[in-house]
Amino acid sequence: MNDEAQALRKPGSAGSRLKALIRSSEIDTRMLTMVMVLIVLWLGLHMITDGLFLTARNLYNLAVQSSVVSIMATGMVLVIVARHIDLSVGSVMGFTGMVIAWLQVDIFTLGAAWNWPLTILLGLALGGVIGAWQGYWIAYRSIPAFVVTLGGLLMFRGFAFLVTDGRTVAPMDPTYQLLGGGIDGSIGAMWSWVFGIVAITIVALLTWQNRNSRSKHGFTPKPIVMELALLLLWAALIIGFVMVMNAYTKPRTDIPRGIPVPVLILIGVVIVMSLITKVTSFGRYVFAMGGNPRAAELSGINVKKTTMMIFMIMGVLCGIAAVITTARLNAGANSMGMLAELSVIAAAVIGGTSLAGGVGSIAGAILGAVIMQSLENGMVLIGVSSAMRQVVIGLVLILAVWFDTIYKKTR
Amino acid sequence: MTKAPLVEMKGVHKRFGGVHAVKNVSLDLYPGEVVGVLGHNGAGKSVLMAMLSGALPIDEGEIHINGAKADIRTPRDARAYGIETIYQTLALADNLNAPANLFLGRELKTAWGTLDDDSMEAEARQVLHRLNPNFTNINDAVVNMSGGQRQVVAIARAIYFDARILIMDEPTAALGPSESAMVKDLTKKLSAEGIGIFLISHDMHDVFDICDRIMVMKNGENVGMYPIEDVTKDDVLSLIILGRLPEDWQPRSKQKVDAV
Ligand SMILES: Nc1ncnc2c1ncn2[C@@H]1O[C@H](COP(=O)(O)OP(=O)(O)OP(=O)(O)O)[C@@H](O)[C@H]1O
Ligand SMILES: [Mg+2]
Repeated sequence: MNDEAQALRKPGSAGSRLKALIRSSEIDTRMLTMVMVLIVLWLGLHMITDGLFLTARNLYNLAVQSSVVSIMATGMVLVIVARHIDLSVGSVMGFTGMVIAWLQVDIFTLGAAWNWPLTILLGLALGGVIGAWQGYWIAYRSIPAFVVTLGGLLMFRGFAFLVTDGRTVAPMDPTYQLLGGGIDGSIGAMWSWVFGIVAITIVALLTWQNRNSRSKHGFTPKPIVMELALLLLWAALIIGFVMVMNAYTKPRTDIPRGIPVPVLILIGVVIVMSLITKVTSFGRYVFAMGGNPRAAELSGINVKKTTMMIFMIMGVLCGIAAVITTARLNAGANSMGMLAELSVIAAAVIGGTSLAGGVGSIAGAILGAVIMQSLENGMVLIGVSSAMRQVVIGLVLILAVWFDTIYKKTR
Repeated sequence: MTKAPLVEMKGVHKRFGGVHAVKNVSLDLYPGEVVGVLGHNGAGKSVLMAMLSGALPIDEGEIHINGAKADIRTPRDARAYGIETIYQTLALADNLNAPANLFLGRELKTAWGTLDDDSMEAEARQVLHRLNPNFTNINDAVVNMSGGQRQVVAIARAIYFDARILIMDEPTAALGPSESAMVKDLTKKLSAEGIGIFLISHDMHDVFDICDRIMVMKNGENVGMYPIEDVTKDDVLSLIILGRLPEDWQPRSKQKVDAV
């Protein structure tokens, strides 16, 4: 035990070199742990299900299932990082979804080309307005987010019912349905490869540009070997993803499906949200507010406006999630998004967002959502009852927060 | 002292519920001058300065900057008047690193309008090294830094942007001797450049080293404002503790003249 500790400290030993390597790669150790958890979970589920889990078909479904919660979880990261909470996301998603479906089916001309794009636009706008409204009470009237959004949870669920008096609205526009990732809701083999190649090129360009900028400022860049290894890893992941999505074929044919549209939407959301958190002042302010709200104010940050914007973004993301959900269901039902707030908050928290504020990442939240969805999906494959699934997910949430406290203590 | 005062606070009040934290305080500050604001714990020094820096709204009274009435309601307003503050509480976002804190609210941007973290890091390195050459871990979250390092970050943030008025609320409380000396030098240099400085300190030595005038507060009131050459340390202590000068006091500079 003692020797081991010494070996770790001795310069040049394998342990310290590994540590130095991880350090120089600037890989988040916490993220690494989560990736490992996911890998172990996947392998475990694969074995328990006798090889049903890691199949193209199941992974495709898993990707589609994860996208709705993931999209909302990226917004929840901002909310929780800024020391707030949003309990209303499931209801807001249900309400905006109902309004979209109602407009598309009952109000606007059926089959008109402008119908579905306009309903999407209105749905996202409605999400933004709801977010602004809740954000206003939280930021400018100083009512705790817990209270405002708990009220929102009830109100918007009620509104979701009132839109059509509880009637389910269907069917949606055929083009609109593609957004849900159904049988035709994917982009096919060729475009999936185009997407993969573009993605790899972008990752390479970003790496190169980052390196340039670092050396221009006279900082020592990461070791080139490390950089290349990371790049290769990314390329392998992207290629692997495209191959898996292409390996799942349409029913009774051998036409590859390719990347499902909801996953493309998710990728778009992740890129935008990552940019917002990493390279805009707004994102920096959100984290500053979470770290020390008073300091943020004294630094001249408009904390109220920033808070309101956070909730607006959250609302728009609920709108996007509503689009995917209604497209996938091919209907608007007032129960959409019921209990989604719990999955969304759990995804963010399992993904390393600290409930104390100031800490969290978009990538982490996606990992969190995928871990949660994998568990859920795997348990369904095994045939675990829905009651038991809830018990397990609940326990996992507690474990994740426990892990978070341990991680913070031992750092 | 014929120039217009840089800052003039006139009859300023601040109440917190029943607590009358600042009572009818007036004071002024001229360009290139260091004014020490002294007083016992809880005398109201920080609250007085918080009103100038926009951190607390002013209840009653006026603030004039360069002879014109100023309307300071938020920290942003104060910054627009060239007022920079080193807060007693440091006011750092603990989860962010030193460059992010230094530029918080005034980030450097690239041509794309995005955060230019590399430039901010390079600039931060320079200014932090000037204050503490041993400061290397600037990319750590400030929560993981030592008290002195945190204070250096707070100081750097106030001096990096061309301040015209600098408020230093116990800036060296957590600093080691060499860093303190560095901050003292820096204070002198800044005042020589024409910046007006309010310095809150409990260290008589520092006060007599760098202040041109002192103002003493007791229980929220201004109990006296004197050129530093007119008072001794004992006089100042008497003001702080009793709220008045010794019975036999007369301006010390005059005494010297009389003695000659
Ligand atoms: N935000 C606040 N709310 C209520 N009371 C406050 C607040 N800030 C300060 N006070 C009160 O105002 C009085 C003056 O406080 P202040 O911080 O100005 O003291 P100080 O002179 O800076 O003391 P120290 O030397 O300990 O820093 C104290 O009685 C304090 O309790
Ligand atoms: Mg104070």
